[in-house]
Amino acid sequence: MQTLLIIVGVAAGVAVIAYITALVNGLQANTVNKTLGTQAHISLRAPDDAVTPSWPHAPGVEVMTESQARAQRLRSVANWQALLPLLEQRPEVRTVSPMVSGSGLALRGEASQSIALMGVDLERYDRMADLRGKRVSGELRLEPGEAVLGTELARDLGLRVGDRFSVNTGRVSESMRVTALVDLGIKDLNRRTVIVPLRSAQSLLNLPGGATVIELQVHDVWTAEQVAAELRRMLPYKIESWQETNAQLVSALRAQSISTAVIRIVVAIVVVLGIASVLVVSVVQKQREIGILRAMGATRGQIQRVFLVEGALVGALGSVLGVLLSMSLIWLFSVLALGSDGMPLFAIHLPFETAVRTALLAVVCGVLAALAPARRAARMDPAQAIRL
Amino acid sequence: MTATMGHHAHTDRPLIELRQARKRYNIGQPNEAEILHGIDLQVAHGEFLALIGPSGSGKSTLLNVLGLLEPLSDGAYALQGQAVQGLQDQALTLLRRRALGFVFQFHHLLPAFTALENVTLPALMAEGRVSAAAREQARALLDAVGLAGAMDKRPAELSGGMQQRVAIARALVHDPPLVLADEPTGNLDTASSDAAFALMRKIHEQRGTAFIVVTHDPRLAQRCDRIVELVDGRIASDRVSGGA
Repeated sequence: MQTLLIIVGVAAGVAVIAYITALVNGLQANTVNKTLGTQAHISLRAPDDAVTPSWPHAPGVEVMTESQARAQRLRSVANWQALLPLLEQRPEVRTVSPMVSGSGLALRGEASQSIALMGVDLERYDRMADLRGKRVSGELRLEPGEAVLGTELARDLGLRVGDRFSVNTGRVSESMRVTALVDLGIKDLNRRTVIVPLRSAQSLLNLPGGATVIELQVHDVWTAEQVAAELRRMLPYKIESWQETNAQLVSALRAQSISTAVIRIVVAIVVVLGIASVLVVSVVQKQREIGILRAMGATRGQIQRVFLVEGALVGALGSVLGVLLSMSLIWLFSVLALGSDGMPLFAIHLPFETAVRTALLAVVCGVLAALAPARRAARMDPAQAIRL
Repeated sequence: MTATMGHHAHTDRPLIELRQARKRYNIGQPNEAEILHGIDLQVAHGEFLALIGPSGSGKSTLLNVLGLLEPLSDGAYALQGQAVQGLQDQALTLLRRRALGFVFQFHHLLPAFTALENVTLPALMAEGRVSAAAREQARALLDAVGLAGAMDKRPAELSGGMQQRVAIARALVHDPPLVLADEPTGNLDTASSDAAFALMRKIHEQRGTAFIVVTHDPRLAQRCDRIVELVDGRIASDRVSGGA
């Protein structure tokens, strides 16, 4: 009876640990995905223009200067065509996409909207940002004179696929035809994004042959910072990882991971104490049986093993139940926690590895919890145990 | 089971040799008490001995000492010619496995196991598993004690007398030279008690197993070959009985 109760207790503990792990992993993966869905993992730009002192000053001479920071103009990443294959060779890099980005106005009739103009190589950019997956209408295609628009911008300008509008960057104005509308997941982006061929953007922004930024995607998002650091050592560019540009997000995720770990540890301790207390009682209750077994020729080691195995079994049975329980919790979550569109808020699932690791943890907890009671049982004086 | 009278090897040394055995409890504390005050006792192979005496005379303590369940405080004990003082728990356990079988007053079967499983326990302890031979031996013994039909029943489904017969079978399954029985019939009605006792005598005849039986029942004591009476932790008398 007690054993049954504690198995259920262990199951609850295992379920909480497995469920929380799955939930937080799902949440974090979802957050990172949403954040990075439209962002590069690593971006590579020309170094900032800096004010250089007009003359070098001799050592020991204090020079009082005050200089105003320069206004940063749009500049191309030097030699970017040669850089692409170099970056693509790296095994951790998944895709590389050069881009010319700048600002401008989209005009149609009386309406004008300020836009973020992105000149891309469609093939490469699609591989990185999964533009096809975000297409709402039209056909994803970028010939010269064609543009892909965010849905909100199209609505603001009253544009549909096939319509024409003009892009004005202050210097140049060019007429474009809408080939597709995309939903980038963030309203502000949808309101401002105009994607055009690389060449069109180069001419619109007066950067012939240039690319203002090279965007990289790596296979494992969490290695981005490390890869960026390596690139920084090798290349004289301004290189930023998504962790730097989203420092707050990263620290929020870290805080979340830490609090999950704390919850897991506390639950594990509760499980250990629960199993231990049941086994302590069980040793007292089974004194007579222990005495008989000792009289029948059981060694101390054998008695100790019996209780260690009991602890491990409690842990193992509890973890099997617990994993099943956490799977049903996860199922409940995906059924009940729906977004406004009736779809699950985000996908969570219990990776096999997490399940196995949690189950192993429970078995280890069981054995740990059984250590003290088992030693006590083994040290019991058989004559006294029988007499009781 | 074949009748092999005295098939346990008789060496020159007695089965049990106890010299000036003392047992004290709570040593060094205000309630220190000496239960056995220097007992000298020799038991030969194949003896059938009754240990009698009033309550508190130290019978059970003596039996525990003989059964290697409790160490002596003072004196010397040799079982099968092997001195047991200073042996570690592991060595004592191995010796107990080889040389001793136990029958307790309250039979002490494990409730979760069937009769057959209870009988095979000593084999399980000794070998870590129950061999086919051990299982066969257990079946033969249960058959011999008249429980052929109850092998797969749990203790709760058996009468007191049947449970005690299972316990006797269990004490014999590894064929020890000595069985220690602590009031084996104390809990049974007269008929069952007689039957259990007769069973022990029969095994004694057939296998030459030595028995030391603690009993309150003078009727049963009279049916043993030798009666040792303990009073206040000393041997008050040691005589040959009329026999069964």
